[in-house]
Amino acid sequence: MPTRIEIDELHALLGGEAQLVEVLPADEYREEHLPGAISIPLKELDTQTTAGLDKGHPIIVYCWDYL
Amino acid sequence: MSPRAACRLETLGFEHVYDYVPGKADWLARGLRTEGEDTDQPRIGPLARGDVVTCQLDEPVGQVWERVQPSPYRFALVIASDGTVLGRLRRSALEGEPTDMAESVMEPGPSIVRPDTTVVDLRERLDKRALRTALVTTPEGRLIGLVRREALG
Repeated sequence: MPTRIEIDELHALLGGEAQLVEVLPADEYREEHLPGAISIPLKELDTQTTAGLDKGHPIIVYCWDYL
Repeated sequence: MSPRAACRLETLGFEHVYDYVPGKADWLARGLRTEGEDTDQPRIGPLARGDVVTCQLDEPVGQVWERVQPSPYRFALVIASDGTVLGRLRRSALEGEPTDMAESVMEPGPSIVRPDTTVVDLRERLDKRALRTALVTTPEGRLIGLVRREALG
């Protein structure tokens, strides 16, 4: 089950080898995103679009807020 | 959206999936650095000044007033031990009975803004209400500082 994290845990993970993925639509990513994040919109999340990610390393997803 | 994405990643075989649920809104509200095409909009976070007088709930307003008088403002903020903004002491309260505790005369829940608010947005909001200052806090309500209208151009 995915682990829900807040800002402190996020900072800690980003200090390591975590991969950061924004799942909002691509235009929102283009406008502004967290440093180092890559864009994989939720509707495009599949085997192909995640092929470049390391399954053994932590992966963090985020969208706009709680919704 | 991100909970569904996190769940989907697990089904795709990712072993250590984390969901930063508060998301981009939380990150921006903390005034943290971002990347992208819209990051050149000036935001108010760097303009927040730390020169407003603060006090605790159980401090007599007479003592607070002594600190406020040499400050650039004529009010003080009442904060909790963790920096959360609880209320504002207006001049009328500060000049009242000196032994009154801040808690008993403060105006609770003053309006706040986040550090990611753009300079343009805050200028419009202040001008619309004829205000001269805005109180800036973290998403948890902890005091960052005060932005003065004249700093917004």
